[in-house]
Amino acid sequence: MASIHAAVIDLKRLDQLAGSDTPIHTLDSRAKVLVTFAFIVSVVSFGRYELIRMVPFFVYPAVMVVLAGLPPLYVARKIALISPFVVMVGLFNPVFDRTVMYQIGQMEISGGWISLLSLLIRSILTVGAAFILVGTTGFTAICQALERLGIPQVFAVQLLFLHRYIFVLADETGRASKARELRSCGRKGLGIASFSSMTGHLLLRTWQQAERIHTAMLARGFVGRFHTHRKSRFGADELLFLLGWSLLFISLRTVNISEVLGALFP
Amino acid sequence: MSHHIVEAKNMQHVYPDGTIAIKDVSFHITHGESVAIIGANGAGKSTLLQHLNGCLEATSGQIRIGDTPLTKGTLPDIRRTVGMVFQYPDDQLFMPTVFEDVAFGPLNQGLSDSDVDRRVTEALAQVGAAHLRTKAPYHLSGGEKKRVAIATVLAMSPDILVMDEPTSGLDPFARRQLMSLLREFRHTKIFTSHDLDMVLDLCERTIIMHEGMIMADGPTDEIFKNETLLAACRLEKPFSMQGCPVCSRGHAQTS
Ligand SMILES: Nc1ncnc2c1ncn2[C@@H]1O[C@H](COP(=O)(O)OP(=O)(O)OP(=O)(O)O)[C@@H](O)[C@H]1O
Ligand SMILES: [Mg+2]
Repeated sequence: MASIHAAVIDLKRLDQLAGSDTPIHTLDSRAKVLVTFAFIVSVVSFGRYELIRMVPFFVYPAVMVVLAGLPPLYVARKIALISPFVVMVGLFNPVFDRTVMYQIGQMEISGGWISLLSLLIRSILTVGAAFILVGTTGFTAICQALERLGIPQVFAVQLLFLHRYIFVLADETGRASKARELRSCGRKGLGIASFSSMTGHLLLRTWQQAERIHTAMLARGFVGRFHTHRKSRFGADELLFLLGWSLLFISLRTVNISEVLGALFP
Repeated sequence: MSHHIVEAKNMQHVYPDGTIAIKDVSFHITHGESVAIIGANGAGKSTLLQHLNGCLEATSGQIRIGDTPLTKGTLPDIRRTVGMVFQYPDDQLFMPTVFEDVAFGPLNQGLSDSDVDRRVTEALAQVGAAHLRTKAPYHLSGGEKKRVAIATVLAMSPDILVMDEPTSGLDPFARRQLMSLLREFRHTKIFTSHDLDMVLDLCERTIIMHEGMIMADGPTDEIFKNETLLAACRLEKPFSMQGCPVCSRGHAQTS
């Protein structure tokens, strides 16, 4: 449990990275939200056995991480944290889908394995893009952008609160499990009874804490409107950023590069 | 300047679990007054304070800030007037960095970027936390959190300052710094504290709460002279009024 706590503290660091001042960070948040959206749609819309054609999409996270000065190892670790869940989702693909798709020497590779791998690549790309968005924009600014792009304010505010709530829950979990560990006198089992009562207790505490934070926000004049410290104007830079990436994604999605290259240089 | 008046009439608060935290409380605080609310643990001080900017809703009775009764409709205006520092800073800090947290209020007030920047810098300097500007609130020590929480409220330049145990958890230097800051604050200020020496130093008026009721309300020095009253409310005289313990101990030994 304590390690979950550490992981979340680590996640908060992502929000802090959003405070840097690179050219990517200073772009209007709407441009970044739209590009991320275009990226995710392009990647997700590939067929379930697609592998090779998704590879060029790695150029986006790579370029963004470099331009925005995000620590690459940190981003990689965050993505790795999610992958086990994805593997769980696709775990049974190889069992159910046994049609042979490739043959490498003696080894036959079934469609199930290909689709699992495809799922993994897809998740790395999309989760990576989402992390990069948060790390270059910050969650408040993302919510603000969504609102300015026409999402109803209620949803945008809910999203912001959800984000806060996750952190509050993690904080409370960390505190409660530390308190429990300290008073269990080093016994390993700790008892399922104390665990379940702790969980119930935790939800109540989290709820109260979230409510208190909401109160504190209201007390400081929060009326559901977002304010971020950056200037935000959708100018030429933003347009260029948006068009450049979107065109690249669309062409990578619709044109099969390797085939084109193959046709050009037979 | 009647808008800095704080008035409560027959206020009562019952928590959802049935605890009657405030039984029947009435008081009138005028502009520029500096009032301490003291009392034992669980006396209802925090509960009372949270009514003053509508964080809690009174079960019955009325609260008036200036000429405005506290209702749902007037809440935004009242929150702009009343700045509130909570007892636990963790309840108050929620942004990714100290700077953003302190800027949250001023941004909601619709100030320009340069004004916000100035306010934040000033407020952090006032509490001696300028160096914490870029840190994450959850990486601060307890006292540092407290100072930043105070800065978040100062940055909004409220007309009425309400603080729940402002000096708890502060080191002696930060406590002094905060005390001189409060002394300079010319508007109405109301705070609770177990730091009775600070109360004696800063407040001309003191309200004693006991089990959800006001037991005494009057000039601070008179209240602290009434030992039977203090004892009945689980309180003691401030150290500065108890005579020097070191000297009196020495005296006891020689005699
Ligand atoms: N959310 C709540 N639900 C139920 N009862 C509560 C709640 N919060 C506080 N109380 C009860 O209300 C009473 C007054 O609490 P309050 O926090 O106002 O005390 P306080 O005077 O601020 O004490 P302290 O000096 O310890 O801060 C206490 O008996 C407490 O147990
Ligand atoms: Mg209290």
